[in-house]
Amino acid sequence: MANTVDQLLEQVRENRIWRSIFRSGTGDSNLHKSLFVQQNVFLHLFSIKARKRTLEFSATWYLGAMTLGTFLILVITGILLMLYYHPSVPQAYADMKDLQFVVSSGVFLRNLHRWSAHAMVFLVFAHMFKVFYRGAYRPPREFNWVVGVVLLLVTLLLSYTGYLLPWDQLAYWAVTVGSNIASAVPVMGSKIRFLMLGGTAVNANALLRFYVLHCVILPLAAILFIAIHFWRIRKDGGIYAGEPAPEVESK
Amino acid sequence: MSEPKDLVAVMDSDVRKTPRRIAFITKRTSPQVRVRDEDRVMTYPEVFFRAAVAIQVLAIALVVTSLLWDAPLEGLADPMHTPNPAKAPWYFLGLQELLHYFPPVVAGVLIPGLVVMALIIIPYFNINVEAEGLWLRDKAKRLRIFGIVVVVFCIFLAVFDVWVALVPTLIVAAFMLLAARTDPQTAKGFRQWLVRKPLSFWIMTWFLVELFVLTAIGTFFRGPGWSWVLPWRA
Repeated sequence: MANTVDQLLEQVRENRIWRSIFRSGTGDSNLHKSLFVQQNVFLHLFSIKARKRTLEFSATWYLGAMTLGTFLILVITGILLMLYYHPSVPQAYADMKDLQFVVSSGVFLRNLHRWSAHAMVFLVFAHMFKVFYRGAYRPPREFNWVVGVVLLLVTLLLSYTGYLLPWDQLAYWAVTVGSNIASAVPVMGSKIRFLMLGGTAVNANALLRFYVLHCVILPLAAILFIAIHFWRIRKDGGIYAGEPAPEVESK
Repeated sequence: MSEPKDLVAVMDSDVRKTPRRIAFITKRTSPQVRVRDEDRVMTYPEVFFRAAVAIQVLAIALVVTSLLWDAPLEGLADPMHTPNPAKAPWYFLGLQELLHYFPPVVAGVLIPGLVVMALIIIPYFNINVEAEGLWLRDKAKRLRIFGIVVVVFCIFLAVFDVWVALVPTLIVAAFMLLAARTDPQTAKGFRQWLVRKPLSFWIMTWFLVELFVLTAIGTFFRGPGWSWVLPWRA
């Protein structure tokens, strides 16, 4: 049975159409494994080989991978939530109630999005401190650390703009508190706040702006910087392994 | 390098590539090349598999959480009724706690701006890159600077009544003094670990402790009018 399945899979992979899409071909030699990564537009951000030491749990605690995991969950649940959401006052709040009482698994969908968002903020911080205490920010990885700081800020902004969207009391006042801080910026504080909210108070314009930031601008920025972040891991010599690479042994 | 002289082993030092080793064996000798090589694995499937397992464990944990606990949803937003206290999202509550003590331009703009700047410049300072133990060199001079900085900073915090930030500062300073009083030659275990810690470690740890304490206080211990409450009484 297993053999038949294997043969079938092999036939599919040898198929002309399949080969036109995936060029790594059949077989499981190291060459094929290399091509699998190298010939894929997404996977080629990563290196073909990795040092074994960097895969140990203690090296990374897989915090970066898990942060990516929360981001993927957030993109999927976020797109599904967009199908039920209108960024207008007071319809936004009514949509929350619809998610709660009308939409199948609506509560679960919103729960998963919300808890994943909190998890992502937490994991980004944890990832940053882990990288710092490992000393992995050191050259040649200094620029990737800066990209990481940018991603931390993008994550915080994503979470903050998403916080307003349910348009309940919690959302409204949390964003009011936050936006008042923006007006403390010297000279141009009130201008920044006006630009951010599309008005002088948190209102329907602010909801629309936060919606656009949350669903379009910031996710695109996040994807862009995540791509740079991963690509730089490869360019900077792989994940930091703790000690300098082994040298020629001399006696 | 010792004998045999006619053996040259070259290792590419460019970390961006897989090190390439070329050995020229020119004369009659049998090769005695001894190079410890770094074990490498193929990214596909080894790394991807492990990352996928990590992501799946996380996904299961989040799904279970989502099944057990509902996301909060309060009444419709009402600009006429301010809840007391009105709290920012939890990751900003450390800043909101500082806002309670300092003017907004300090707590809301200056401090977060300085934190972001400080984070960005970390890898560009050699003192952070070399990461030598803080007290291993120039101890007397460094102790004087350390003393002045801590005293001035603590007076500053006390003037603004920021006891919640002052206590963690004193705790971290106490550990720094413990490290300073440790002899790197004879110390063992925790104190040996402590004495090897560079300045960047101490600053980051202080930042981490403050972040944790201020966020926890803002989240759990602040009630109406930003007054002190106990979480089990709220």
